[in-house]
Amino acid sequence: MTEQLSVQFDAAHVLHELRHMLPAQQALKDFIHHNSLHAFQDRRFYDAIFEAADLFGYQVHLELSDYRGLYKSGRIRGDVLKDIIRRKKGESDDWEQKMLHGDYDEARHPRIGRLRALWKSVYGIDLDELVHPRAFRMLCAYLDQGIAGQSFPVLNHGFLADIRILDHRSVLSIFRTKQVRDLFQSGNYTIEGLLGQLVGDPAYFRQYLFDTHFAHPGWSGFVSAAEQHPSTLLDARQINLREWVEFELLMELDALMAELGNRWKPLSHHAPFSSDEFNQRHPRSEYTEMIELWQDAFEWSYYDAVLKGIQRSDKLRRTEKNNPHEIQPAHSFQAIFCIDEREDSLRRHLEAMDAGCETFGAPGFFGVEFYFQQEGSLIYDKLCPAPVTPAFLIKETKSAHRRKGELLYAKHSHHFLTGIGFSLVFGVWAFVRMAKNLLMPSMSPAISNAFGHMDTDSELSIENRDTSDREQGLQIGYTIEEMTTRADGFLRGIGLTEHFAPFVYFVAHGSSSANNPHHGAHDCGACSGRPGAVNARVMAYILNHPAVRESLSKKGIEIPKETRFIGCMHDTAADVMGYYDESKLTAASRTIHESNKLVFENALDLNAKERSRRFASIDTRQRLRSLRKAIHDRSVSLFEPRPELGHGTNTLAVIGRRSLTRRLFLDRRAFLNSYDPTQDPDGNILSAVMRPIGLVCGGINLEYYFSRVDNIRLGAGTKLPHNVMGLFGVANSSDGDLRPGLPWQMIEVHDPVRLMVIVEHRPEIVLKAVQSSPAVFEWYANEWVHLVSFDPETGDLHYFRNGAFERYHPLTKDEEIGSIRNMTDFLESAREMETNHIIDATEENLPVLLLE
Amino acid sequence: MEEILQTELLLLFTAIPLLGFLATLPWKNNQERIIAGIVRVTKVVYALVAVGYAIAWWWTGTPDADHTLVTLFEKEGFEFTIIFRYDAVTAAFSITGAMLFLVVATFSKYYMHRDEGYKRYFNTILLFAFGYNLIVLSANFETLFIGWEIIGLSSFLLIAFYRKRYLPVKNAFKVLSYYRISDVMLMLAMWMLHHLAHRNILFDELSTLSMETISTHREGMASFIAVTLLIAVMVKSASFPFSHWLPRAMEGPTTSSAIFYGSLSVHTGVFLLLRTYPFWEHLDWAKIFLIFVGLVTVFTAGISASVQPTVKTQIAYASATQIGIIFIEIALGFHTLALWHFMGNAFLRTYQLLVSPSVLNYLVHHQYFHRHTRSDKPPGRIQTTLYMLGLREWMTDDIFHRYGWKTLKKIGALPFPAYMDRFGWTQVSGGMILFIFSVIPHTFSPVVDQVLTHVILLLAIFTLINGFAFRGNALRVWNSFPVVHLLILAAMGYNDANIPVIELAYYLSGVTISWIAGYWCLSQIRLIAPDLNLKGFHGNVYSSKGLTFVFLLSAAGVAGFPLTASFIGVDLIFTYVHEDQFVLAGGLGICFFVMELSAVRIFLRIFNGPHPRLTHPVALRSS
Repeated sequence: MTEQLSVQFDAAHVLHELRHMLPAQQALKDFIHHNSLHAFQDRRFYDAIFEAADLFGYQVHLELSDYRGLYKSGRIRGDVLKDIIRRKKGESDDWEQKMLHGDYDEARHPRIGRLRALWKSVYGIDLDELVHPRAFRMLCAYLDQGIAGQSFPVLNHGFLADIRILDHRSVLSIFRTKQVRDLFQSGNYTIEGLLGQLVGDPAYFRQYLFDTHFAHPGWSGFVSAAEQHPSTLLDARQINLREWVEFELLMELDALMAELGNRWKPLSHHAPFSSDEFNQRHPRSEYTEMIELWQDAFEWSYYDAVLKGIQRSDKLRRTEKNNPHEIQPAHSFQAIFCIDEREDSLRRHLEAMDAGCETFGAPGFFGVEFYFQQEGSLIYDKLCPAPVTPAFLIKETKSAHRRKGELLYAKHSHHFLTGIGFSLVFGVWAFVRMAKNLLMPSMSPAISNAFGHMDTDSELSIENRDTSDREQGLQIGYTIEEMTTRADGFLRGIGLTEHFAPFVYFVAHGSSSANNPHHGAHDCGACSGRPGAVNARVMAYILNHPAVRESLSKKGIEIPKETRFIGCMHDTAADVMGYYDESKLTAASRTIHESNKLVFENALDLNAKERSRRFASIDTRQRLRSLRKAIHDRSVSLFEPRPELGHGTNTLAVIGRRSLTRRLFLDRRAFLNSYDPTQDPDGNILSAVMRPIGLVCGGINLEYYFSRVDNIRLGAGTKLPHNVMGLFGVANSSDGDLRPGLPWQMIEVHDPVRLMVIVEHRPEIVLKAVQSSPAVFEWYANEWVHLVSFDPETGDLHYFRNGAFERYHPLTKDEEIGSIRNMTDFLESAREMETNHIIDATEENLPVLLLE
Repeated sequence: MEEILQTELLLLFTAIPLLGFLATLPWKNNQERIIAGIVRVTKVVYALVAVGYAIAWWWTGTPDADHTLVTLFEKEGFEFTIIFRYDAVTAAFSITGAMLFLVVATFSKYYMHRDEGYKRYFNTILLFAFGYNLIVLSANFETLFIGWEIIGLSSFLLIAFYRKRYLPVKNAFKVLSYYRISDVMLMLAMWMLHHLAHRNILFDELSTLSMETISTHREGMASFIAVTLLIAVMVKSASFPFSHWLPRAMEGPTTSSAIFYGSLSVHTGVFLLLRTYPFWEHLDWAKIFLIFVGLVTVFTAGISASVQPTVKTQIAYASATQIGIIFIEIALGFHTLALWHFMGNAFLRTYQLLVSPSVLNYLVHHQYFHRHTRSDKPPGRIQTTLYMLGLREWMTDDIFHRYGWKTLKKIGALPFPAYMDRFGWTQVSGGMILFIFSVIPHTFSPVVDQVLTHVILLLAIFTLINGFAFRGNALRVWNSFPVVHLLILAAMGYNDANIPVIELAYYLSGVTISWIAGYWCLSQIRLIAPDLNLKGFHGNVYSSKGLTFVFLLSAAGVAGFPLTASFIGVDLIFTYVHEDQFVLAGGLGICFFVMELSAVRIFLRIFNGPHPRLTHPVALRSS
């Protein structure tokens, strides 16, 4: 029997598969965007999504009626549709007919859940109802990070061992039957053994485990995430998926025995289908092929004009260059932003305000990876992209900032005795607080404050005193050499190696929001979902360091003596800037800095105005000052479920010089990464630049895509009923499954299209760069992300398809690209969506336009 | 001044939210500006009236004011009157209600923006405000009872707000079944009060009535009333052993949970206690019982509040704990304290629920600066047991489910499993014949009459429970309702031969119209989705929103909800149960309990829940 088991079922392997397939979202405080269907990424996009739909029943694209509606409204262009059909299916009229008028059965019949459903159909037992609430409650209580006044009584020996002690000591057992309780207490069981009792035939074991855990992917996914990233739980817990699987099987066995006694047989005796059916992949149907064409047409209806716009903007650049009458002004200041698409508009407005201002984009950790410890904090925060593990620690000291408490959040208010005082004495105070936040919203300790984690004038241990200066295995600060390597790599990456302005600002970003468990999703993705101010400050410090400058000049990067680097941060929700280490400036440079700040302020005014067009509660036409206040108030209003719209609408990533996009209105939809192909003819730097693009931008884009098309299963649903579970997640009910993914309020403006990465370099160089590692190449080869090369010399476009670049000629004509004469008028006249249904919602997303 | 207070001004309290409710009905969901405008006017006027009236009332020396709106039905010894009253208790409840409504409605305007149920949400909370004001301004049981039912319905609608998901729908049904217990208890209390006083009495007269009862040695009847009232209160205010419905009610938008379950809805039980206090204050056992219930609630809900690992559950139990203490305060006679306690608890919990999503950020941040110390000491037997009990919410949910719910279903399925399957003309004509014979004057011996009464009522109950447990075609169950109503009337006809035709007409009018409308809805649905079985959820609201709404009204109407004249008819029927016929009264109570559940069950299974066809995003059951 055992031998047979090992042949047909390998528990470790199936657990591994489950870990791979389950949602990978960690605690909400560490919100790291990733492809929701990452387990399918080794297959081509369309094959993968339809397989996921077939297995799990996800909606993986818009509904057919929506595509047709978009076609009717003109959002999907007729010429693009025809072109897609021609490219994918050759010359044929059939497909267009089918797409527009064909009649299809759209219902999905997922393979998941069929086996376990037999408990209900054969025995009339609702196992979900009997097991889920209890199992979830026990798990949540065990993992709870501090909601309950009284934490789990035993916490030192690992999940099952602790529960065993609790169950042993308590008069009331977790289990209803003595039999299962004894089995649990003895510890004398295996996954195979339990499955043998429940399911019988080992051939069905894998299917049964999938059925069980994809009935509540949120909880199981979180257990798996906490197993793989234990640091996501600040109050550590030893838990792993294996124990959770065992626990649930025991609970199931217990429920069956309690309800049915011995009057039941293992499930495989009743299965009306063979165990192979679960593993059978179905071939693609005509329906899915047609959906593929629709989705392509939807995407290309946007991309095509963008590519044309880039060509036009490039032409303008060339004519400008050849015009000897126009002299490039000297740079007044330079600002380096995160590649985040939300900074597109601020950069655009800055450049419009001050012709001498030059902006760059780079991943927002600004090339320095480290853990950060706020003064007084017990925790190290990782400030770099999620896959990187830093070896450095930067500590804050001399902070004037002290964290305050919030009276009405005190746990005593829930205690029966102190609760009397709280309700009698502070009840009216609670009402005052409610009214005050409605009338005059303001920052409070309960609101997530982007600037809250570091004081503006505190000291940071950036420079290493001695390499033996270590804490918890981490080196405190960087040596001069380590600083130089990072500075050199960073500056070359964005092509800023000469023409330094007197002031260079590192503009990190973070986001303040109130009443928002998903606040981490609005912060900097390159900083593991945290505000990036420390990184900006660290890089500024490094580049201001005389010794570093000296070493850099030996490497050929000459930074003028008068050039100052300043770290600062943009609060993308409140549209507020904060500057660091201003006190270290000399009086003279302070004056110039102040005038630069005014430019930033004016740009922020327009940025706020641009953002306000999407907020129904703010009148875009009002005075700038009140508009700024309205935008700021959103970020501290408890009643506002949309403090900002996050990465919603992201569609593009442009890797190239700013001159490529400077004349374009991209509607905050493009990740902009500075890269100068003229400084990198062989593409050596490009490989490094391209490495995070798929993972970070592609991850963000696909999480938005899937949360948009199936907000109910792949997203978190509307956030309005969310209930905070154990401080690590949200669920809809006290008995519900955890909800990973993005809430509806974050994705309603998003058009579900894949990311298009446009790289300014010759196709062969781009190909070489993306082929530098298989993990990077997978994103492009499997078409999870589109890739286009823009040749800086000829201005030709090449699209990457089926493993090779092919020339692309946009269908859009030159004159079809509109232009903006007056930004204020333009913003004030933009339309607002009528409903958040995709056909209406997409009206808010503007096409690419030229700036005049 | 005092005369002004006595007048129609009192009507404004109910008229304003009702008008607001009616005015928000005709708009489309995306006409947010119009709906928000109506709500803004309503909430401001409502708040001004509540506060203005309270100030004027206080200025004139806190006179008790009352005003009769309308008498809906009148005959010898029975009148159904809508009558209002204003005193200190009303003032506290009315101001708290108005202030919370003002805050929550304003909050919701932004919070609910672009929700697919934006309009539905505001309709429902306006309906709730109307029901709440009916309760807190009521001067008699009839008025209060209408409000009680309206609050129940609006609660139910907000719990099932996300009606395309399984858990909200399931929990809405669970909560409704508890609410219905409370409703039936009130019906029984009103029935007995009517016999005790031989007329419909005002809350004002309870004190005198209580004295009379004692002097005429009718404590039995008084005790019956006290018991039913206390159970009604315990259910509504989520005290032990009913506390577990409270966290399960938090399925709707956070704002609705805040105003309903954090504050106003759960405290209506407290209001009823304060209003009826003069009646049971002379019954020592009732006071001791109430203190006992309060203590047990404080203990159980207090422990639950301290161990629950989710924010809303924690607040729910914290609120229930304080209500337990308020019970004790009322029983001991500290009514002013109880009023302050109510106001403070309502404000505090509303606030805590509104800001509950921010707890994640706040407490995670707290973790950064405070180390959690763990003891290595193994926990003791008592500690672990209490922890487990608190976590499992004292298992009351399981116990009610296993011994209440399942038993009911088993009874329904046991004797003749195929009864409902074959439900048709035989039963319909049988019901008709029984009804007609009961109306025709006859001369049976009283014993035969009594036997007939009880047998027919038993048949009605059996039919209802059978329909409730039925898993087949919903239309059969729906068609059994008119038969059940006929059976009830027939039973009452044999019990008391003097039921006038006009009262029968009252009873049957609304029920019949509702039944026809519901029948039409189900037939329409059958054209889209032929299978109307009651095994699982069909989620037809996805394609048929209009029909869903009409069927909701039909289901409410057929069960005697205050929507049609049948509501008064049901009340009238109860007066024909004599004061010593506890069994008959209980039987009728069971009928109205099961009938509403059964009708709502059809509504939920056919129209709500996850859609079975995956042509669009459909929620997982566990979400």
